[in-house]
Amino acid sequence: MCDTCGCNVTHGNAHLVTDNGKLARTEDGKSAITVLKNLLTENDHQAAHNRQHFDQQSILAINLMSSPGAGKTALLEATIDALGDEFSIAVIEGDLETENDAQRIRDKGVPALQITTGSACHLDAHMVHDALHHMDLKGIDILFIENVGNLVCPASFDLGQHRNITLLSVTEGDDKPAKYPVMFRAADLVLLTKSDLLDVLDDFVPEKAEKYLRQLASEASVLQLAARRNIDIDSWLDWLRNEVKDQRKRVEKKLTLRPAIQPEGSILQGDHSHDHHHAHIHTHSKSHSHT
Amino acid sequence: MHELSICQALIGQVEDLARDNQAVAVRTIWLKVGPLSGAEIPLLEHAYPLAAAGTVAESAELFIEPMAVRVRCKICGVESEASANRLLCGECGNYHTELVSGDEMILTRVEFDT
Repeated sequence: MCDTCGCNVTHGNAHLVTDNGKLARTEDGKSAITVLKNLLTENDHQAAHNRQHFDQQSILAINLMSSPGAGKTALLEATIDALGDEFSIAVIEGDLETENDAQRIRDKGVPALQITTGSACHLDAHMVHDALHHMDLKGIDILFIENVGNLVCPASFDLGQHRNITLLSVTEGDDKPAKYPVMFRAADLVLLTKSDLLDVLDDFVPEKAEKYLRQLASEASVLQLAARRNIDIDSWLDWLRNEVKDQRKRVEKKLTLRPAIQPEGSILQGDHSHDHHHAHIHTHSKSHSHT
Repeated sequence: MHELSICQALIGQVEDLARDNQAVAVRTIWLKVGPLSGAEIPLLEHAYPLAAAGTVAESAELFIEPMAVRVRCKICGVESEASANRLLCGECGNYHTELVSGDEMILTRVEFDT
């Protein structure tokens, strides 16, 4: 897959920071350099490459995030049952251990690649890129990336997806968006899962969950469904159909899309521009206020 | 504990800067980190020595400037301070705001001996 853009040359050479000018000399003989560079620049750069691959092959890439056990794999199973004839689907599964989730997807006749992260609590763009090398993405319409179950770390790492979906099961607290603002701010769509249990759970109020989400300045849609019983999944399927349509239109126009919340790196350096030589030298000032 | 991954990425960048500038030792590193970056400052401070061990930045001091969460209202245009999980306009209370600061995770400055 990398014969077109050459991104497998090495990601280690992607961060050419300082080849401009000479160093400023500080009063005490030290050299100082002003950088203004996102800490995850290398990840963001790899993510941009991944996105480029998806766009070249007209694939819609979706990152699924939630706490463990919120129903990400069950959602995929129901989605494959419903749309398997309509779209060609592939799945990347992220878990600390086991092939179990990938096997569940394969049992549905859909290609799935399991990334076992060991003790790492999130997927990053390099892990996804490595996985792509082991997959045949030809003819795929939708690639789901099921992130490691975790409401904290996955939100910080762009994988190259077009959309983020955060699942919140009604067996959790309806104040989760307030407790995990970074995660829920990153969502383009929030799915309240296991909604068939609302009847027996009197402490989860969907409207409250949505209120907390709005307080994060999020305009993301909120849908309820119960994937294992196929209840109310039509709105979700329609959302997905629209996204596939939109992705094809973007590809025709040679446009791309990042999830709603863009990492700081993209603001500093722009996507795909390969222009990240932002380091510039400043004279040392002793009166900085960083301490 | 993705702060360790972040510190490893930071050290990678600092090592490149040091190499490109023929530095023999990195003295200080300055970051700006906001609460909506997803990284916790105390955890970054704990993880940093682990990532820096054995590198050119091993004895460097890490300074992290915490950034405040600020939003600008898309309705009334006022900029105000907010908290990480209540990004509402401080003036009119509307949720249609955009983040002005608070999600930074930036390496701003490095000092070294050459």
